[in-house]
Amino acid sequence: MRGTIPILRLGDVLITTVHVELRDAVAEAFQADILDAIEKGHARGLVIDISGLDMVDTYVARILAETGRMAHLMGTDTVLCGMRAEVAATLVRMGYPMDGVRAALDLDEGLALLHELRREKK
Amino acid sequence: MLIASEDDVILVRKAVRALAESHGFDTFATAALTTATSELTRNVWVYARRGQVLIEEVTNADRTGIRVTFRDEGPGIADIPRVLAGGFSTARSMGLGVSGSRRLVDAFDLQSEPGRGTTVEIVKWKTT
Repeated sequence: MRGTIPILRLGDVLITTVHVELRDAVAEAFQADILDAIEKGHARGLVIDISGLDMVDTYVARILAETGRMAHLMGTDTVLCGMRAEVAATLVRMGYPMDGVRAALDLDEGLALLHELRREKK
Repeated sequence: MLIASEDDVILVRKAVRALAESHGFDTFATAALTTATSELTRNVWVYARRGQVLIEEVTNADRTGIRVTFRDEGPGIADIPRVLAGGFSTARSMGLGVSGSRRLVDAFDLQSEPGRGTTVEIVKWKTT
């Protein structure tokens, strides 16, 4: 682990909660830690909980979407969960496309969505 | 407030959020103003490395609003219409920062001259 954002493992799913300010250095370490964890643990899914973020600007959105696309290149689906109502409204109004990630209301639904995605693949 | 580091981007955003909340802006208006502030402050940091942000309370008849002015003496913007249209970026972003911010606020004014710097002024009114 390089960074300060913890990554938990539940079966073959990685769960992480972004609860700190994503400065450049923090963001880079976060992405590297996630990719390491995917590689080492053969994770099939990644859930990123952002319920603790009261603001997602295009900088943070880009980091989240990029992380999803990186994980995707390693065969791992990413689900973003817990986006607050005002954050969703703001991102859409700005015209930011969150390509590369799926979304769920909360952690439970995020995990359920990952299972569904895996069933589809089989 | 002076912008001279990445941490200042966070400090400015927190100051704007605190002011919006203290004036009773709802969560949507607060998020919109805070996000636009974050975008424009980050632009000062990324493109100019140094600048000033002024946060003011404004009133118009019975309306209360917050005006934030971002000023830098950085490289400036050569093609303003293109930047306002979005999808254009010379640094590491999607190029939606400026055009997106404009959609989040009630008033948006951008003045820029290549080589002289950029000034952006935004106003968000409290919804009643």
